[in-house]
Amino acid sequence: METKDKHIVIGGEAGQGLVTIGQMLTKALARSGYEVLVAQHYMSRVRGGHNTYRIRTGNGEIVSPVDGIDILVALDQETVSRHKANMTESGIVILDETLDPEGLKAVRVPFKELAPRPIYQNIAGLAVVAELLGIGQEVLQKLIRNTFRRKGDEVVTQNLTVLDEACRWTEAHKSSCTPLPPAEGDSDRMVIHGNEAIALGALAAGVKCCFFYPMTPATSVAQNLITYAERMQLIVEQAEDEIAALNMGLGSVYAGAKTLVPTSGGGFALMTEAVSLAGVMESPIVIVLAQRPGPATGLPTRTEQADLNLALYAGHGEFPRAIYAPATVEDCFELTYRSFDVTERFQTPVFVLTDQYLADSYRAVHKFDLAALAPVAEPDTGSEGDRSYKRYAFTEDGVSPRKLPGFSEALVLADCHEHTEDGHITESMDVRVAMNDKRMRKEQGMRAETLAPRYFGDEGASRILVCWGSTEGPAREAAARMRRKGARVGVLSFTQVWPLAPESFMPLLENAEEVIGIEGNATAQFMKLIRQETGFKVHRTVLRYDGRPFTPRYILQNLGEEEG
Amino acid sequence: MIDIKEYGEYTTSWCPGCGNHDVLKALKQTLSELDLAPRDVAHVSGIGQAAKAPHYISLNGFNGLHGRGLPSAQAVKLANPALTVIAESGDGCNYGEGGNHFLAAIRRNVDLTLLAHDNQIYGLTKGQASPTTMEGHVTKSQPGGVYNSPFNPVAVAIGMKCSFVARAFSGNVPHLVSVMKQAIRHKGFALVDIFSPCISFNKVNTFGWYKQRCYELPADYDPTDWHGAMEKAQEFGERIPIGVLYKNPRPTLDSRYDFLQKGPLCKQPVDHGTLDTIMDGYL
Repeated sequence: METKDKHIVIGGEAGQGLVTIGQMLTKALARSGYEVLVAQHYMSRVRGGHNTYRIRTGNGEIVSPVDGIDILVALDQETVSRHKANMTESGIVILDETLDPEGLKAVRVPFKELAPRPIYQNIAGLAVVAELLGIGQEVLQKLIRNTFRRKGDEVVTQNLTVLDEACRWTEAHKSSCTPLPPAEGDSDRMVIHGNEAIALGALAAGVKCCFFYPMTPATSVAQNLITYAERMQLIVEQAEDEIAALNMGLGSVYAGAKTLVPTSGGGFALMTEAVSLAGVMESPIVIVLAQRPGPATGLPTRTEQADLNLALYAGHGEFPRAIYAPATVEDCFELTYRSFDVTERFQTPVFVLTDQYLADSYRAVHKFDLAALAPVAEPDTGSEGDRSYKRYAFTEDGVSPRKLPGFSEALVLADCHEHTEDGHITESMDVRVAMNDKRMRKEQGMRAETLAPRYFGDEGASRILVCWGSTEGPAREAAARMRRKGARVGVLSFTQVWPLAPESFMPLLENAEEVIGIEGNATAQFMKLIRQETGFKVHRTVLRYDGRPFTPRYILQNLGEEEG
Repeated sequence: MIDIKEYGEYTTSWCPGCGNHDVLKALKQTLSELDLAPRDVAHVSGIGQAAKAPHYISLNGFNGLHGRGLPSAQAVKLANPALTVIAESGDGCNYGEGGNHFLAAIRRNVDLTLLAHDNQIYGLTKGQASPTTMEGHVTKSQPGGVYNSPFNPVAVAIGMKCSFVARAFSGNVPHLVSVMKQAIRHKGFALVDIFSPCISFNKVNTFGWYKQRCYELPADYDPTDWHGAMEKAQEFGERIPIGVLYKNPRPTLDSRYDFLQKGPLCKQPVDHGTLDTIMDGYL
């Protein structure tokens, strides 16, 4: 994981267009064959404030955001003041000639001269950064053509002219910034973030309904599905509230449509009664929970991993569930796809638990190989069936054959009460116990299929960093830096956090001298869960709950290690 | 016409004399006369005495959460438009706990029928005020009499230009059947607010109370006249009109999706070819 990379931070107020520059630069880098990893830090406001769009790029595997800034694109003075302390030794700031570099090494750009109108200044900025990094102009030209095609030829031509002038200006004012080494990666990769990958995974699995109520950072899952709704023939309906969204979801899955319900903390809190309904009704439903810091409205646009307990315990009563925690953009696709299969086979809610950092983090990934996907389980839509059908028939594994209403003479009665095998209300103690046992038996089947945690690092490592979800990347890089100092370190990364299968990881933990839990919350929720399930107590924890994603520096500093 | 026996016969937990028995009887007769086979109907409810209905009739059933029957019912229809969807629940479920969903369902206009039992009291929880309980009505929970002004479901629905709004009374089964038939046949969200007296907990709005007041709308009543309908919807006192109060044909949400006309969503192909092209868009 040796990386010769650069960390570019574009900072400014909301509404200044920093996301536009950031996205175009990310695409230009990926199309040139570089790795990219984006972290978006933004405030909960449409105008003003201070936001950053951070791109780490270069060759070799890039798995984590970092703190040190190599190139700072400052769209306002505040960006310079806020970030100057984080500049690397060779760090350089790109800013308008009217702004003060505050002592930093700077490229002071006459944006007013380069751009005929303020609207073109973003392209000028993009050109300057790209030129400094050594990205070919052709890549940028193609990107501009594709991006602005719909706005007409004049806009494309204007932008190309600005690009050309800004590149020439930059060349004439060569700075001390070293360009990136020649790109070593594939140039034909998709540039997508976690939420886009979730949407693609759902589409690949055959999602036909999505019900949602807008809430950051989950909204773009539904927004992406809306973009493709007509072409992929699915219904995406904005519900009146999150309560309606999940209750609608349970209606559509009852009628057989594969359904996704994306939400975040407070919205999910509203859904919890319906999660319980899904448990007793044995509904196959996939819920995406993109975490942000709470309690209540918390830090609406920041990241955290503090809703594990919420996902784990949401809903009154006892029923099985599975919770996946993607670590990467590829995981977002694969685990969402898998969720649709698992939820249909076990007829109980399945969660994809992400966070704002991963949801918004663009990466360059290869196109997903759809032909290689194993088919997703389907309900029984056969025409055979009669009135003797029992929706909740007792079975050895607890899974009852799921028929749909309207496909045969079988009548399907789904019920929220404790019920008999045919779905009718019952208060019989015997039936209650038998039915509860039947539902809980499904957990054994799910546990048998639990994904083993991924292990990175030395065999027989003396120190193991345990993490889950998007913390994997920063933990891996921190471990790599520790290894460079001679330590024998491994990372154990959980992409499924419930149910746990201790036999797949306990030997590793028990043989390590020190096990360190790393997670994005204040109470070490996952480490407590491991202890609850196995009795094993991690020796130390590194926790983060300031709304920012982990970085290797944060982990190493908290471990008292040198940064490496 | 389908043999009424097809819809089954069940022991209920309703009090003898409860209006719900007649609503159930009317529903069976309606389905039978409309030739709707049990397999083609999805019967969705929430929580309350009325919401137990799916347990007392042989249809496909979805007994969901308190107040949340309507969201589920709409989604059932969207997922499989071939099903005739009937949502059934009480005044507490539809107008109290599920008030927001009631408003949204009127606006969304999915093709389904809502049979809202209205007994102006909470029966399952034994006698608290419901959103439609009249002002001054003394209950165990409102010992000083209800001070909230009552919710008028038909006026609200007509005010929102709901696709179909009707009122009926369990004490007049032939009329109730006629209204239910029109509601189910109607393309769009159809509200039928049904007075179904609670003999145990509402000693004010009794069977006799409704019987004395309810009168059928005259044959020359024009349900397409919004202003006239709004006026009729306010009539709730010495005389209460029953029948189809308002009709406003407008496109249903389900009819807006071309691909839904091809049948249930679960039988539609997953187009990996198109998805592959979509992924190309990210290159």
